[in-house]
Amino acid sequence: MKLTVNGEDHDLTVTTLAELLAALDFEGDWLATAVNGELVHRADRSAHSLSDRDRIEILSPMKGG
Amino acid sequence: MLTLYGQELRSRLLLGTARYPSPAALEDAVRSSATEIVTVSLRRETAGGRQGGAFFDLIRSLGVHVLPNTAGCHSVAEAVLTAKMAREVFGTNWIKLEVIGHQDTLQPDVFGLVEAARILCAEGFEVFPYTTDDLVVGEHLVEAGCKVLMPWCAPIGSAMGPQNIPALRAMRAHFPDMPLIVDAGIGRPSHATTVMELGFDAVLLNTAVAGATKPALMASAFARAIDAGRDAFEAGMLEPRDFAVPSTPVIGKAVFA
Repeated sequence: MKLTVNGEDHDLTVTTLAELLAALDFEGDWLATAVNGELVHRADRSAHSLSDRDRIEILSPMKGG
Repeated sequence: MLTLYGQELRSRLLLGTARYPSPAALEDAVRSSATEIVTVSLRRETAGGRQGGAFFDLIRSLGVHVLPNTAGCHSVAEAVLTAKMAREVFGTNWIKLEVIGHQDTLQPDVFGLVEAARILCAEGFEVFPYTTDDLVVGEHLVEAGCKVLMPWCAPIGSAMGPQNIPALRAMRAHFPDMPLIVDAGIGRPSHATTVMELGFDAVLLNTAVAGATKPALMASAFARAIDAGRDAFEAGMLEPRDFAVPSTPVIGKAVFA
């Protein structure tokens, strides 16, 4: 299905958010995820089904003022 | 002792973690400033990347409180979602709330700020709002649930120092029991001393330290300047006069002619 991940288009065969993270080689307890503007908690990623055209944001800690 | 959302703190300096020449320079600055709170942000992680992990490990190794920000957010929805994602990553209810209203001045959108603060406070966040020195906006933020206010004294990163001292003084007088932190615009230690002498409770710095030739030395200079300003405020300062007053007693002075 077609997904937008951090602003980039992808065509992937995945069904859940956890599978998407694994497919794109994201790992680490420092990641935060959102789908279509809504936070998806770490514990809910395996149960969160993705749909065609979903927009996913994967954020991590960065320096800031 | 400074208390922010129930957390007692010895240091009155909050330090940003951006723009240092290296991670080691950041670590040195944090240690020499003796700060107990550092600000951080969230950004997109690259696919397959591990960028955030190294920075996360560095921050955790410093043993200080973490204050995530919503820097770069221009809407209420962006700021609220970023705050929720920051809580997920950093495991804290603290959030430095920024809703930027103007691209050039980075002036806060105070209307969006109040709206976002109300949403986040209702969801259990402890909000540190980056605001202006406007008293009415401050009142709305307090009504929304904020227990700290963080007015700018000049635009972010400008290093101009306090541009409207009467407004800062009025803010201190209007919110006598509210922790007030000057969040932006400080350029040099004397600026920090000035706002601390006005009775502000703390100063948040980033560029003034990170952009110095020797960041760790500047961090130390700021820490001492902030403490000096605080001590002066607590000691009670003289008001300026338009005439001279002899400091040496006049009574008993010898008369030679």
